[in-house]
Amino acid sequence: MIYLELLIGFLKVGLFSFGGAYAAIPLIREVVLSYGWVSEEMLTDMIAVSESTPGPIMVNLATYVGTSQAGIPGAIIATLASILPAFVIILLIMEVMKHTLNNKYAQAVMRGLQSCVIGVITAVGVHMLYKNAIIPLTGAEADWRPLALAVVLAVIYFGSRKIKKLKKGISPILLIGISAILGIIIF
Amino acid sequence: MLWNLFLTFFRIGAFTFGGGYAMISVIENICVEKKHWITHEDLVNVTVIAESTPGPVAINCATFVGFKQKGIWGSIAATLGVVLPSFIIIWVISMFLDKFLEIAWVASAFRGIRVAVGLLILDVGIRMAKKMPKEPIRIILLVAALILTVLISVFSWKISTITLLLAAAAISVAVFFVQDRKGKDGEQA
Repeated sequence: MIYLELLIGFLKVGLFSFGGAYAAIPLIREVVLSYGWVSEEMLTDMIAVSESTPGPIMVNLATYVGTSQAGIPGAIIATLASILPAFVIILLIMEVMKHTLNNKYAQAVMRGLQSCVIGVITAVGVHMLYKNAIIPLTGAEADWRPLALAVVLAVIYFGSRKIKKLKKGISPILLIGISAILGIIIF
Repeated sequence: MLWNLFLTFFRIGAFTFGGGYAMISVIENICVEKKHWITHEDLVNVTVIAESTPGPVAINCATFVGFKQKGIWGSIAATLGVVLPSFIIIWVISMFLDKFLEIAWVASAFRGIRVAVGLLILDVGIRMAKKMPKEPIRIILLVAALILTVLISVFSWKISTITLLLAAAAISVAVFFVQDRKGKDGEQA
């Protein structure tokens, strides 16, 4: 039953998404692909859409996947399921376990979780670049344009941080805008 | 008051682009400086808690502020308020996204965007790794998780990220337990 699957799938996502929005992406990807709800291309496009709309990426993706599978009720169930763990945990911490996070074993658990999450996020970034920029080079007609685009974008994004006037460099939203324009020009 | 909480967080949810950390600065501006609902220390504390608990920082903050003001109902009002704008926007977008993507130039744009998203995620991973305290156990777990995740996606192994997370937590606790024991034995000797 789709409602129950959405509920369980996004409860899992909400419960294990340590470390902010990007940390949730590998998990969402895994859950969504394992149920076959959305294709990998569609999910990547949706991450880009979430970047350029307000609100947490996780909530946006839950709403999108929920709608695509079961309309409005699906969207409501997936969205609520994705935020419920965070909601309950904050209430519990405020009420019952004010000192839990200072406990040394709890900190050891956090150490493990944080390190693992960072490794997983980096790997997903590598995988996405490999799939969208390196794979097109293989096959009968090698397409070098995606790789060239990746190099140009990397130079723009990381290079802009070196310019003092920009302080933190260009924003993710701006980079997505630039990549869209370059995509239209070269593909 | 409940309505006020809901509306305030609805506004915060509707106008914060760029993820959780951008939202914290808006919450600071509205809830601390303008409305005096929570203190600055409160906000710093909840950010630290939000970083080490699952879920988006924005949800954690809304739940916290709502609860401080009006208990459980306050936390529900604030959390729903912060989520509702993106819910509505994404719901509207998702109704026509499929057809939208069939247009040729939109499809080309998204081919470009996919490369950018990969780059952005990679960048977040690298930045987090740089900020992480450089303890041996953390570095080992990070590298192991990185290699395993790449192998899992290349060979389509059936190993879940959740399994990796739980294993990392277990290893970290075990290592800590052993070191803690050693430390205590050392003190006694």
